[in-house]
Amino acid sequence: MAVKPFKLALAGLSAVGLAALAACGEAPSENGGDGNADASFLACMVTDSGGVDDKSFNESSWAGMEAAAEENDDIKVEVKESSSETDYDPNLQAMVDNECNFIIGVGGLMTENVNTAATANPDTAFATVDGFSEVENVYSIQFDTAQSAFLAGYVAASQSKTGTVATWGGMKIPPVTIFMDGFAAGIEQHNTDKGTNVELLGWDAEAQEGTFLNSFEDTAAGKSTTDTFISQGADIIFPVAGPAGIGALTAAAENDAVNAIWVDTDGYESTEYGAELITSAEKGLANAVKDSVLAAYEAANGGEAITGSYVGTLANEGVSIAPFHDFDSAVSADTKAELEALTQQIIDGTLTVESPSSPAAQ
Amino acid sequence: MSTDTTTPTADQPEAGETPESKPNFMRLFGRYLTEANSVMVTIYSLLLAFLIGAILLIVSDEYTRSTFSYFFSRPQDAWYASRDLIVESYTALFEGAILNLNTLDRYAAGTAEFGDLLRPLSETLTYATPLIFTGLAVGLAFRAGLFNIGAQGQMIFGMMGALIIGFALDLPAVIHLPLAVIAGALAGAAFGAVPGVLKATTGAHEVISSIMLNNIAALFLVWSISTEFLHSETKTDLITKPVDESAVMPKLLSGLSESLRVNWALLIGVAAAVFTWWLLSRSTFGFRIRAVGFNEHASATAGMRIGSTYTTTMAVAGGLAGLAGAALSLGVGAAGITTNTALEYGFDGITVALLGRAKPGGIVAAALLFGALKAGALSAQPDVPVDISTLLQAIIVLFIAAPALVKAILHLRTPRGGLVTLEAKGW
Repeated sequence: MAVKPFKLALAGLSAVGLAALAACGEAPSENGGDGNADASFLACMVTDSGGVDDKSFNESSWAGMEAAAEENDDIKVEVKESSSETDYDPNLQAMVDNECNFIIGVGGLMTENVNTAATANPDTAFATVDGFSEVENVYSIQFDTAQSAFLAGYVAASQSKTGTVATWGGMKIPPVTIFMDGFAAGIEQHNTDKGTNVELLGWDAEAQEGTFLNSFEDTAAGKSTTDTFISQGADIIFPVAGPAGIGALTAAAENDAVNAIWVDTDGYESTEYGAELITSAEKGLANAVKDSVLAAYEAANGGEAITGSYVGTLANEGVSIAPFHDFDSAVSADTKAELEALTQQIIDGTLTVESPSSPAAQ
Repeated sequence: MSTDTTTPTADQPEAGETPESKPNFMRLFGRYLTEANSVMVTIYSLLLAFLIGAILLIVSDEYTRSTFSYFFSRPQDAWYASRDLIVESYTALFEGAILNLNTLDRYAAGTAEFGDLLRPLSETLTYATPLIFTGLAVGLAFRAGLFNIGAQGQMIFGMMGALIIGFALDLPAVIHLPLAVIAGALAGAAFGAVPGVLKATTGAHEVISSIMLNNIAALFLVWSISTEFLHSETKTDLITKPVDESAVMPKLLSGLSESLRVNWALLIGVAAAVFTWWLLSRSTFGFRIRAVGFNEHASATAGMRIGSTYTTTMAVAGGLAGLAGAALSLGVGAAGITTNTALEYGFDGITVALLGRAKPGGIVAAALLFGALKAGALSAQPDVPVDISTLLQAIIVLFIAAPALVKAILHLRTPRGGLVTLEAKGW
């Protein structure tokens, strides 16, 4: 017992010493600025169970919120995370109690909870991301990502040398399967137009059955799933699984003949595997959220109330396919022209990409 | 596994003392405070946890941390920033769990209703409810010398049992709700009995088998939600059908405000705690549980059937965990359950049972504390990191499980009869 206090003192002394070394910096001038602390408009977001750093739709939505606050000094933003759907109600209620001017619920599962909160608080503006609501003060933000995935599928079919491409999803939920439906339709289009016979592994659009990890985080499972598809001959992989999709990119990096197509954002910029990526099926979530916050701000300051719904499409550039970057020379001019034509057909409505998961009301 | 090895007697005057020991009361009280008995270890564990939590709050807050970088040029910045951060953070936890001072102001001004005032308490009770059941499920098994890690899986099966009766049958509420609750308990009991049977017949360790059964239950849940029988008819997300109105747990305080979520499951939880207390300390079966937990060989020699005690205890524990599942699928998750609904209530039940020292009353108190931490942390975000509740729970249990650590840190005296530890048997 006699040694212990001594040792403790020694440890304490060295800790203090270390802290002192780190604590010799200069003091900053008094009262530094603190963001938009005095802003008059409070925009609030409740996340789904992924949390704000899910590298997927919660994170993109939050990026949109922050971009809105960046653009307009009079807007401040706040977020609460849910660990399961049983947290939605208290979180939304807390935002109401916080006197938020605009409350965004992220994820289709939360739509009913948003509706209940909006009905109880008719003077507050609400929004639901990836869900559709008919309540007057709820703005629906949805994306017809089948359209961008359709173009990605067409590119994949044109680029495959083995005649086999593959897709797999993080979870069997509409925001995921809609990409897979569009991808399948794009391949089908190429097969019909060009007389090819490219086969898709991992998703049967007819039966709505396919390969899912049941996780958006498990990159190891993503890699082993991809390896299986590669061994079955697939040379282009389209993972629809947020961060778990990185597993597909590592597998592609290990196989010279295998490339991938990324999802949600331009993977050439958001991942380290740009060299493996032919293109990306983008979903402009951050922009749509940002625009909705700015519109809600205008509405609160005498502008027109935001109501109804927004559906991101190729026409309004809410969804798109990313540039080909390193593959720009690999994709033929003919294919590029065909993509252009298909885009135009989708925009003017002569071609529709159908998915059971398509946004509810257009 | 968790029998208290001593009964603290230090607070009782010794037999030999004279009736005029009144001046000694303060001395005895002081003695009690500085002794590592089970009550004081619990209190000191809580205090130490909040102290460590405060340090971690300071370290994790960017602004406060930055004030320490120039500590020697202007120490008051670091002092005030830390003080404000700690006071604000713990106030925010308190406001989310017990009483929101902001709402109190609005209530005084007449812009809030009485129901709004009760919302933090209602949330605390709502989050505590499943923890009461899972805490009892782990605690009861502790008393028989069994470590029931499987409460999570048992809860998942209870959740599904109650859900299926809840939507598949068309009955009046008087019959439907109790039937769904019983179905939840039975499903949990059936799943809970498995490790008991395995231990009784093959000697398989219940820790191993119940951990593995948790995985089976979690994967079974994912698969079963996607089946046509359970999957929602209106939504394509991975969510089940909602239970019928007649099987939904009525809210206790809906008369005051619809937003008060606390429901009848809480009352069932309290009843379950009373039942468990009666079972353990007043019934023959409870005597057998405690005897086997204390010394299985002696019990076997005395003619008790060890195997059947294990099986029955695990089944009852599973039934209690199953009730936690029923409380979720018929209560807060009545709109349909997903793979996230069960959260980690089953694993949290282990910490609740440890903090409650495997006694029903202690478990209810521990569940209330953890429920308060969860409700407080949920409401205090984003100013306070939401993980603070998990962190505090972990530190509290760490100290509870290692009383020698608390004793060493605070230089407490050893109580007569030694430290009270929760013993892990069979390891």
